[in-house]
Amino acid sequence: MAKAKFETPEFRPYPVIPVIKPGVMKDSRSFVSKPGMQESLGYPGELVDNWQEVAINKLGELLTKYRSLRVYLDTCVKCGSCTDKCHYFIGTNDPKNMPVGRQDLLRQVYRRYFTLAGKLFPKLVGAKDLTRDMLDDWYNYFHQCSQCRRCSVYCPYGIDTAEISMAAREILDAVGYGQKYCNEIIEKVYKIGNNLGLPGPAIRNTLEGLEEDIKDETGVDVRLPLDEEGAEVLFVPPSADFFVEPHVDGLIGYGKVFHQSGISWTMSSHASEAGNFGMFIGSYENMRRVSMRIREAALDLKVKRIVFGECGHAWRVAYAFLNTLAGPFDFLDKRYPIPQHICEFTYDLIQKGALKLDKSANDHRRVTYHDSCNVARATRMGHKPGGQFVIPREVIKACCNHFYDMPSDTIYDETYCCGGGGGLLTDELMEVRVKGALPRMEALKQVTDDHQVTHMATICAICKSQFTKVVPYYGFDMDQIISVHQLVGDAIVLNVNEV
Amino acid sequence: MGGGNKEALMGFWTTFYALSFYVATLILILGVGYKIYQYTKTPAPLKIPTTPAPLTTGGVVIRMLLEVILFKSLFRSNKWIWLFAMIFHGALWVILLRHLRYFIDPQWVIYPIWELVELIQPFGKYASFAMLFGLLGLLARRLFVERMRYISSASDYLMLVLLLVIGVSGVLMSFVTRTDIVQFKAFMLSVISFQWQNFELSAYQMPPDSMLLVHLAAVILLMIVFPFSKLLHAPGVFFSPGRNQVDNAREKRHVAPWAIKQFEAPQT
Repeated sequence: MAKAKFETPEFRPYPVIPVIKPGVMKDSRSFVSKPGMQESLGYPGELVDNWQEVAINKLGELLTKYRSLRVYLDTCVKCGSCTDKCHYFIGTNDPKNMPVGRQDLLRQVYRRYFTLAGKLFPKLVGAKDLTRDMLDDWYNYFHQCSQCRRCSVYCPYGIDTAEISMAAREILDAVGYGQKYCNEIIEKVYKIGNNLGLPGPAIRNTLEGLEEDIKDETGVDVRLPLDEEGAEVLFVPPSADFFVEPHVDGLIGYGKVFHQSGISWTMSSHASEAGNFGMFIGSYENMRRVSMRIREAALDLKVKRIVFGECGHAWRVAYAFLNTLAGPFDFLDKRYPIPQHICEFTYDLIQKGALKLDKSANDHRRVTYHDSCNVARATRMGHKPGGQFVIPREVIKACCNHFYDMPSDTIYDETYCCGGGGGLLTDELMEVRVKGALPRMEALKQVTDDHQVTHMATICAICKSQFTKVVPYYGFDMDQIISVHQLVGDAIVLNVNEV
Repeated sequence: MGGGNKEALMGFWTTFYALSFYVATLILILGVGYKIYQYTKTPAPLKIPTTPAPLTTGGVVIRMLLEVILFKSLFRSNKWIWLFAMIFHGALWVILLRHLRYFIDPQWVIYPIWELVELIQPFGKYASFAMLFGLLGLLARRLFVERMRYISSASDYLMLVLLLVIGVSGVLMSFVTRTDIVQFKAFMLSVISFQWQNFELSAYQMPPDSMLLVHLAAVILLMIVFPFSKLLHAPGVFFSPGRNQVDNAREKRHVAPWAIKQFEAPQT
């Protein structure tokens, strides 16, 4: 690892609210998108000459399309409730990383061009012109938001900074000032089929290799099928699950669960990506284009159900938006949720007694669970509100004897983002990512001190990648991060099907 | 100053305040009405309730009530802001109800509305101190907490100052200077019922009381700025998709008209 050019924040002995240090993260800037990527997403290749006019018009258009944006820009009373709630503010002290500080970058411009008070008395109401400095602030600070929605939990009006930052990124794309990380990945989905850019044959090879590994280890033929027409279930994992540690051990876990369930399943080389970065850039159109691949794959493979793998923002798009974007799914079996989360799927099997689990297989692990932000605050699992907290924990507890939760104000809907979500999981933003992980690392430290926790399980590809990269900065080991379905896979007793 | 001059002066203030009251009411109703129309017309194309969220409309009603009456989310967030905000808004409601007395003729309303308005009078009077306490608390936070100062514009302070002016002038009238409230009510009822011919009689004119003139001017100003300011949080909170949406994305397809038009070719 290259030597860091910044200091890792110290653990705070008790949670004081940081003093503000204006501008300290002003230069923390992700790479700007390249012309080709921009164009394949339907945006201008580079910053257009009349960017100011285009940006204002785009904002005007979004105001008529999204009630959230209109209401959230109008209703903030600057009460201060959200000011200490963002992990990026806690880690960096930059006031433009306070949720309201971030929103105000867009709100000031909204007031200047779209409200009577801002047109007549800009100074009085804090309205500002859209200058080049402002545009750069938009670029920098709206790419220091992981759209985790923690601020929205505490806002008396439910103002969600994620909605504001999505709108801002859409405006930036519209003027030709997109972000490389997100747009490159979306382009890869269009051209190859997934975020990692793994072509079908590479996925097939990997899966065959993994099948052999499982056979060697367990002596059982667990299949990891790809593109098999007529399967009952289309399973859509994040592409990181094919290739990256510790994700891939989760994939093995999914395979073992399907194997034991006796339900036929397949993955798809066309829909080989659960993640949908169209959401990060606030683009309904691109989000829809990515989502349609899953519908197409489901139709082509003639499946009856769709199940998603462990991926946070992906589950948000799947749970909350898929029906809107790519529905209606009349051709699927309505007895099951459309779509279903792999944790719901596994939990149902556990409830039915269809899985034999040997908890002692995980006795060398003392486990805690990180609620991924978008799963926690934008989705649900099961039939009751809050199922997204209960079901993954029940799955873990069915597989482990030693489970301990982190402090209550850092889990469930108060969970902290891993620090790498929302299009920030790129190396040039490492400072933001490390600093943004501070509150989660403090919680992990506490549960490590109190309960000698050895592993933090999670159900998000981004969380897993981010944590393996940043936990060493805080004195933890990257091997401590684990997929929930790795715990399941290790505990599952194969071929003892008693149903 | 001769008596004639004074009468002419109060005649002027009577006309001025009566007209201002009409204008301010029109601006308030049309302005807020327009914003509500705008919020209603703008679609929410995606399901974005902050979860865990209710699964039924009834559940959403309960969630909204907990937010607008008890400020539930604010309570989870910050007990100080919650305390000051709760005291201020709670007191404001009691005070507003108390003021119905000046706008209602007992003969206009059915039993027991007038009796209730009478019952609330003493509570309303003392609630004004609570309101001032709440406002001062909010102002102090804004002035002395560094993060709050950073996010505050001039208008954020002025809004509190305006409310303080209304509160202080009101308290002074109730407890110190004593305004001719019978005459004020005669004026106000004439304004409301458009009985302009009454204004020729001095018993129906604005009472000659500077504190009352200040109080009403501040209230009229507040009514005028309402639709153009952050006071829109009052209607706005009901339109927040994060709070008012039912969590049923998987069960019920939700698509905005513009999205259908843009992406889904017409079927017929």
